[in-house]
Amino acid sequence: MIAYIVRRVLYAIPILIGVNLITFALFFVVNTPDDMARMHLGVKRVTPEAIERWKRERGYDLPLFWNGAAEGAGKLTETIFYRKSVRLFVFDFGRSDRGRDIGEDIRQRMWPSLALAVPVFLAGLLTHVTVALVLVLFRGSYLDAWGTVTLVVLMSISALFYIIAGQYLVGKLMHLVPISGYAGGLDAVRFLALPAAIGILANLGANARWYRTLFLEEADKDYVRTARAKGLGELAVLFRHVLGNAMIPILTGVVAVLPLLFMGSLLLESFFAIPGLGSYTIDAIQAQDFAEVRAMVFLGSVLYIAGLLLTDISYTLVDPRVRLG
Amino acid sequence: MEEALQRGWRGRAAALAALALAAAGCAEPWNNPYPAREARANIYYTDFQERPKHLDPARSYSSNEYAIIANVYEPPLQYHYLKRPYTLVPLTAEAVPKPRLYDARGRRLPDDAPAAQVAESVYEIRIRPGIRYQPHPAFARGPDGRFLYHHLTAREAARLRSPYDLPVRATRELTAADYVYQIKRLAHPAVASPIYGLMSEHIVGLRELGRRLEAAWREARARGERWLDLRRFALAGVELVDRYTFRVRIRGHYPQFVYWLAMPFFAPMPWEAERFYAQGVLAERNIVLDWFPVGTGPYMLTVNNPNRRMVLERNPEFHGERYPAEGAPGDHAAGLLADAGRPLPFIDRVVFSLEREEIPRWNKFLQGYYDMSGISEDAFDQAVRVGAGGEVSLTPALRAKGIRLQTAVLASVYYLGFNMLDPVVGGLDERGRKLRRAISIALDYEEYISIFMNGRGVPAQGPIPPGIFGHEEGEAGINPYVYEWRDGRARRRPLAEARRLLAEAGYPGGVDARTGKPLVLHFDVTGGRPDDKARLDWFRKQFAKLGIQLVVRATDYNRFQEKMRNGTAQIFTWGWNADYPDPENFLFLLYGPNGKVRHGGENAANYANPEFDRLFERMRAMPNGPERLALIRRMVDIARRDAPWVWGVNPKAYRLLHAWVGNAKPNLMANNTLKYLRIDPHLRAARRAEWNRPVLWPLALLALALAAAVAPAVAQWRRQERRPPLEGAGS
Repeated sequence: MIAYIVRRVLYAIPILIGVNLITFALFFVVNTPDDMARMHLGVKRVTPEAIERWKRERGYDLPLFWNGAAEGAGKLTETIFYRKSVRLFVFDFGRSDRGRDIGEDIRQRMWPSLALAVPVFLAGLLTHVTVALVLVLFRGSYLDAWGTVTLVVLMSISALFYIIAGQYLVGKLMHLVPISGYAGGLDAVRFLALPAAIGILANLGANARWYRTLFLEEADKDYVRTARAKGLGELAVLFRHVLGNAMIPILTGVVAVLPLLFMGSLLLESFFAIPGLGSYTIDAIQAQDFAEVRAMVFLGSVLYIAGLLLTDISYTLVDPRVRLG
Repeated sequence: MEEALQRGWRGRAAALAALALAAAGCAEPWNNPYPAREARANIYYTDFQERPKHLDPARSYSSNEYAIIANVYEPPLQYHYLKRPYTLVPLTAEAVPKPRLYDARGRRLPDDAPAAQVAESVYEIRIRPGIRYQPHPAFARGPDGRFLYHHLTAREAARLRSPYDLPVRATRELTAADYVYQIKRLAHPAVASPIYGLMSEHIVGLRELGRRLEAAWREARARGERWLDLRRFALAGVELVDRYTFRVRIRGHYPQFVYWLAMPFFAPMPWEAERFYAQGVLAERNIVLDWFPVGTGPYMLTVNNPNRRMVLERNPEFHGERYPAEGAPGDHAAGLLADAGRPLPFIDRVVFSLEREEIPRWNKFLQGYYDMSGISEDAFDQAVRVGAGGEVSLTPALRAKGIRLQTAVLASVYYLGFNMLDPVVGGLDERGRKLRRAISIALDYEEYISIFMNGRGVPAQGPIPPGIFGHEEGEAGINPYVYEWRDGRARRRPLAEARRLLAEAGYPGGVDARTGKPLVLHFDVTGGRPDDKARLDWFRKQFAKLGIQLVVRATDYNRFQEKMRNGTAQIFTWGWNADYPDPENFLFLLYGPNGKVRHGGENAANYANPEFDRLFERMRAMPNGPERLALIRRMVDIARRDAPWVWGVNPKAYRLLHAWVGNAKPNLMANNTLKYLRIDPHLRAARRAEWNRPVLWPLALLALALAAAVAPAVAQWRRQERRPPLEGAGS
């Protein structure tokens, strides 16, 4: 297995170079270094000289990919792409175009993101599985029929609607929690309760329906029928047999998203003014801060690759038939 | 047994209900986003929508940044809070400086000498002794006189989140050298000040200093250094006269320079602060001058988490400015002079919370968690009623909360520009003029303001907005090429006149008389999102009134800017907010040598009329008075005749204030106005408690509904479970 992991890590390097290359190309197709300078210097009274100075100061005066004027390896290394990309591979994100240390920003902002994403993930998993199990328990009844319809309705509604309606009902009309904001420590609970509940509710329709399908598929298998024939109660059948076996696809699915919890939620963080990494990425794109955009895309790619690797490993843990070689 | 169980449930439910009621009865609302201990504190709560890019006074140039640093840094001058028209008054200076004028041979000229004779003007600024900086670790010294924190190690800095985590803070007196230091910073390549280009044209020697600093900075960085001590670099045009006096030499006559002395660009910078923040170990913690200002103002920024909130605290070393004793007519009656002579500031702390989205921000204002608010388009109908005569008033719901409305026409202009270099819409010949004037009449900006701005604006009559010298109201102020004065008000000229002008321009009915082809014009815009569709359709419709086809060319912001720089845009919308209350700051937008394509300036229409330019060169150096007004009238008339812009709109700002906010008067020029505001925190706490009582019954109702929905199914399932296995097996 170790050889497999090493091999996967080595495969990741060309993938990350590719991702970096594409990010770089896409960003600079839309924004030239001159555009970036104008964005940062403001729209009033900016002179060409000031733009040149800004670019020179931040290394954006070099060619993008190939420096014909340089000597030897400098043709490659004396370029914006090399200068801005190579240090990423040792996780040195450098300074943003606005002058802030990106690593420090990420370290600070990942905690609010995690404070929201982890409860949404764990409580969401628990809630969605429970709802699916309840529907399976009452399968064929009016509760199953109406519950499924409700889930379809829930999954058809935009997440934005949940946010606005949640803020309106719970924050504005019922005055139960702050409409938006964030605080550290235990006080964070007051601010996270509503976005977490919305995060769970917004995914309830799709997830619970999928889990229900998995459980139903499992519930019709021979070993389950055997268990019932032996006289086991339906609750025991569901929790002891069906749940355990249906958790294999569920767990492997959720393991893939575990590392991405760091990246936060763009919508929830933005509407609830939670200072996490989701809103950090949006900020960076709006401010045309290439250094931050590049760092966040790189980090997202690394975490995604890590998630896929963890998924593979989790297969071997939950299904002994799988061997990584 | 069952009875006991039921009693138990009833008991628990009663206890829970009692707990909920007790909690609901508490004075402190559950939805208060601030700590409970702040409930009755003298704190002003406001928001910011995006994190500021810079808080360095040499770099900041946008209103959201000024909202913070203008209360921390103190340039020599400021605008009087209450007087109108806007008047410059000393802040740290002893007086508003008057320039001494010199000719090319260095001979003193009279104050009213023609601008052409003036080779140099000298401003001598004397600051008041005894002003001290806020307490800051950059000034802290040990018993041996050495700075305590100018050589921090990585270990010492490892746990710092802010400079105020360092235990020792000190202060020192403000001196003229700090102002000189800051002016030199404008030329520093690493600072990248947006006004370096402009100021290097005016301040003697600034450009040369910029070149020297660039070379020195390159060498310093090669040596691994992070700081240049600007005290070692001379700046020819800025001289330190004594501890409290400095002189600035300006090329030629540039009377608007005095307005720049009221902007943070010219605020003092202690070298100790720059030295302190230049440490790499602090930069790695994002503790930099760009994020933690060091000033002499009424407040100091003690918390700067631009991702969440920023906090200004009262500066204990503030020099004790007093609330103004004079104001504009009506200020006394409005209660704005009740605090005359009292020491500033009135508020202890100002909390800026990050609020990206409009809906939560608006709702929190209504709940009393923000003290003031603008009105977004979405919330406009909830907040304001517009009467048949255009008069505005608050809705009953807001009036019942004691909320007040303040409006002010901004010193800004949003216009539709014609690229004067374009062969179809440009040019100063009669054909081009008539075409542009026809379009100017056809574009019904009254309708635009009503539909797209909720009536928040006035149709502009020329380049100078209300409140700026040279703007005229009434019949004398209307643009006679677009409006006529009837029944005591300006009325747009009839469409028939626009059609006649269009025909005279060679496009009868919107058809080119020479080619017989329809006239097609191109409107260059940014975005082109679905939200913009109605607005763009409106523009198409206005042009269609003349038979002109308007083709919208939507592109992203960067490409649009590129088109403007290259001169390939044809018709566009643009805007300008005043830097200072002088007509020069608007008329320079039409000055030929300021053209965007040829000179990279702010004249986006590339308008160049030699007569206008000659008058501008005379006007800009003159003091306000009848002679200047006469020149401005001539210039405005030329511009109206040539019509390089459809003059567009002077927008109106609407601001809502809660009943507990006092001393609030819109001031469109000053940014350091927090020190004048007053809050009644007890009234605020009472209102918040009244407006935010928790409402729990919907939760109980929801729980009951869920229980009722599930109960029959559960009962059915339990019956099924109780059946003997054989019975079940047969089914």
